[in-house]
Amino acid sequence: MKRTPMYEKHVAAGGRMVDFGGWELPVQYEATGIKTEHLTVRSKAGLFDVSHMGEITVEGRGAQAWLSSLITNDITAMHDSQVQYNIMCTETGGVVDDLLVYRYSPDKYLLVVNAANVEKDWEWFTAHLPAEGVAIENLSAKTAEVALQGPNAEAILAKVADFDPSSLKFFHFRDPATVGGIPAIVSRTGYTGEDGFEIYVDWEKGGELWDLLMEAGKEFGLLPIGLGARDSLRFEAGLPLCGHEYTETIGPLEAGYGFFVKVDKAGGFIGQPVLKRQKEEGLKHRTVALRLEDKGVPRHGMDVANAEGRVVGHVTTGGYSPSLDANIASCYVETPAPAEGEHLWIVIRDKPKQGVVVKRPFYAKSYKS
Amino acid sequence: MAKIPQDLHYTKDHEWIKIVDGMGVMGISDYAQHAMGDVVYVELPDVGRKAKAGEDFIVVESVKGANDVFCPVSGTVAEVNEDLDGAPELLNQDPYSNWLVKMEVDNPSDVDKLLDAAAYAKLVEELEAEES
Repeated sequence: MKRTPMYEKHVAAGGRMVDFGGWELPVQYEATGIKTEHLTVRSKAGLFDVSHMGEITVEGRGAQAWLSSLITNDITAMHDSQVQYNIMCTETGGVVDDLLVYRYSPDKYLLVVNAANVEKDWEWFTAHLPAEGVAIENLSAKTAEVALQGPNAEAILAKVADFDPSSLKFFHFRDPATVGGIPAIVSRTGYTGEDGFEIYVDWEKGGELWDLLMEAGKEFGLLPIGLGARDSLRFEAGLPLCGHEYTETIGPLEAGYGFFVKVDKAGGFIGQPVLKRQKEEGLKHRTVALRLEDKGVPRHGMDVANAEGRVVGHVTTGGYSPSLDANIASCYVETPAPAEGEHLWIVIRDKPKQGVVVKRPFYAKSYKS
Repeated sequence: MAKIPQDLHYTKDHEWIKIVDGMGVMGISDYAQHAMGDVVYVELPDVGRKAKAGEDFIVVESVKGANDVFCPVSGTVAEVNEDLDGAPELLNQDPYSNWLVKMEVDNPSDVDKLLDAAAYAKLVEELEAEES
């Protein structure tokens, strides 16, 4: 199994190590557990080792046009030092992966992709690469990454960064920067619904970065956070996870992330004709947020039924929400989908459990700047 | 190190049981609650439900997932612990005073065939050694 440069730190801190797509990472830490870790990120700050994420650069005079042809959002509207959320679709409108695009210039981008999809994405890029004008490089094995998230993240980073983090706007990045003297790329981004930063450094510097941030964060209540809380935080905040909300058959519109899909953008993109038609003809499925009223915990893959007891879809993500102290689910269902305040039933071990459709996100995001 | 009271019998699946006034009182062990993590819901069986030894008849839902709990010895559910309904975290706080169900046990002598505290402690010790 692969280990990140922070592996020893996790073990020393009591991390319960699990196999996460071939990476040995902490699901939680002994002293805290998922619930405490989750609530600490919402109230103070948490540090996540996300070194398993993939980083790929795209460079060349053809970079912008080529990249635009692969992803759903409009990168021509970006300015330098901006970050944009994007979805990469298949010809049939399903999802290859979702990713962050960092623009250095119209001729240079950094892409941050899901750990589980690095190889698949790389093959996808390679298969679609033009003969000239675009060069791609996979920096994943050389790049360590941490996410510093929570209302105290800015104050912690201010102690160790060579710039004033309050000057860095949401979904923007700074490069070059240093954190504790270590050369770094710092973006005001995250996957928790809280304010925070993602910091990229050389692989060898990962352990040192981890230690200095934990030390700087002591007075602010910073805790190390495992994968368990990473998932519950993103889910509460209405952030999608590839393989759950998106799949090869569930596209971005049906998943409810149409905001990031510009079906009319110039030049087109892979999957655009299908998504455009979906939009024009109306969606056959939608993803709705459900809060359970009956007792029970919804889980990924469970059937979702309507009032007549007919199965109309399935749960894409489900679980206990520590912030709301409620059990919640994202449900992919046939249209017409029920409106807010109406009901759906999740079939938990053969018993239908009633839930009420609520607004997404379940938990209101609290981003700064 | 997980707590393992001397006066209980255990299964290799980490349930405990004790016969009190002819009634089997059962729950999950300290090792089990720790492995499950924060408990958020306990799905208890209906009173009157018959269950065979080894049958899954209770589900403990934690933040990490659903965990089946197996019936330690065959019998009929006589009472369920309603306290867990509003406060499932009691299982994390003390899984021994917070029992799950009381059962009319078919053969009280079946309990003696389960692991005693010493044998269970050895099992847990091996598991904990594997994990560290």
